[in-house]
Amino acid sequence: MSRLTERGGWVILVSFLVGLILTLIPTPEWADRFRPQWVALILIYWCMALPDRVGVGIGWMAGLTLDVAQASLLGQHALAMAIMAYVTNKAHMRLRVLPLWQQSGTVLLFLLVNQLIVQWINGVVGYPPRDWWYLAPPLASTLLWPWVFVVLRDLRRRLRVT
Amino acid sequence: MARLKQGENKTIFTRGPSAGARVLLFSLLSIVLMTLDHRQQHVETLRNALSLLVYPVQRLVNVPADTVRWLSEEFTSKEEQQIEIQRLKQEVFFYRSQLRKLTVTEVENRRLRLLLQSSEDLPERTIIAELVNVDADPYRHQILINKGSRQGSYLGAPVLDAEGIIGQVLHAGPLSSVVVLITDPSHALPVQVDRNGLRGIVRGTGRYSELLLPYMQNNADVEVGDLLITSGLGGRFPRGYPVGRVSRISQDPGQPFLRVVAQPTADLDRVREVLLLMAPPEQPDNPNEEFDTELSDPAADLAPS
Repeated sequence: MSRLTERGGWVILVSFLVGLILTLIPTPEWADRFRPQWVALILIYWCMALPDRVGVGIGWMAGLTLDVAQASLLGQHALAMAIMAYVTNKAHMRLRVLPLWQQSGTVLLFLLVNQLIVQWINGVVGYPPRDWWYLAPPLASTLLWPWVFVVLRDLRRRLRVT
Repeated sequence: MARLKQGENKTIFTRGPSAGARVLLFSLLSIVLMTLDHRQQHVETLRNALSLLVYPVQRLVNVPADTVRWLSEEFTSKEEQQIEIQRLKQEVFFYRSQLRKLTVTEVENRRLRLLLQSSEDLPERTIIAELVNVDADPYRHQILINKGSRQGSYLGAPVLDAEGIIGQVLHAGPLSSVVVLITDPSHALPVQVDRNGLRGIVRGTGRYSELLLPYMQNNADVEVGDLLITSGLGGRFPRGYPVGRVSRISQDPGQPFLRVVAQPTADLDRVREVLLLMAPPEQPDNPNEEFDTELSDPAADLAPS
């Protein structure tokens, strides 16, 4: 745990905090359906950029925080995030060399896996999705990926997070 | 692991097998947590502890909206405030006169209950809570309020506003509580038709303006415009609070039941302040209560429930 805050680890923590704030901030009702999966995006970035520091464990904790914040089943987002972090860690070398638009495609795939796990558990406990709107957040997040990537990369370089 | 050198290859090499083991471990942990959370209330303490960490963020995100509201209240003109005060004074006057009438009725009611030898309803204590956050997930109708178990909230506490029932407490953290609304698809509560005492169950649909009244037989005496009130059965909600008004009834001859749709009386999607009914000193569990309901509503016996 102490390793987390050295070598600019606070940047990672703050970025997750900002992601959580963006997830919870009130928006008009029509925008709620498109709310990007901010925490998942940020997790994907760190898992790709610093796979030896951010991985399954941190993903799981971020997911658990989301579970508490959204009052979903405890462990639901945690499971989805842990699996997504694992997949991203595995693919980080390939992800890094891809041009941004191809990266976005892969990110969409990861986010869809994340969303499917969450919705699948929702279905098991009695909240089956009623329409196809649950696909909107991953699509909206994918469109934002290039910006998230560029912002976090510049932050990481400027603040020397290694 | 990566402390000696930041050679990329080295870390990847040593990390390989342990990552897979870790993801398995954490997946299993998640599944165990979910099962415990879904089946029992075992992990409620963990959730409550974590909610203390998340609560500041949940408050923080509301600062801009709160500031705007505060500013607009602060800068209303004096005339407007005068008009508002005048209106409120009249309202208080009106309610006071109404209350006077009710007090007489209450005394009479108590006397009659004594005659019937049934226990009287316990007076309920309430606290006012403010809405902090609405669940971003459009499939769940849950809200977060700023009163927790330290202020008297508890699991299953009924939540209402001036117009009717809003929902009940799902998780009671130390400083905040999560409330599940009556329109949540997983929520159901026992009601009766105010007009004739016909009992039924109201289920959420996932839409703020619609409640469903399932299992009403084709010959049931329900009409559009009927008020549905809590029946007090099940012991979670007190009796007699308005829940919804029947807005649509359709009959399919092939189906054994009517399709009855009601509109909630409370402003579920616009509410800012709610009332929380606090736990009475001890849960009154009297068999007379049920008996009493049956006695006073002869129609309830005839009706299918």
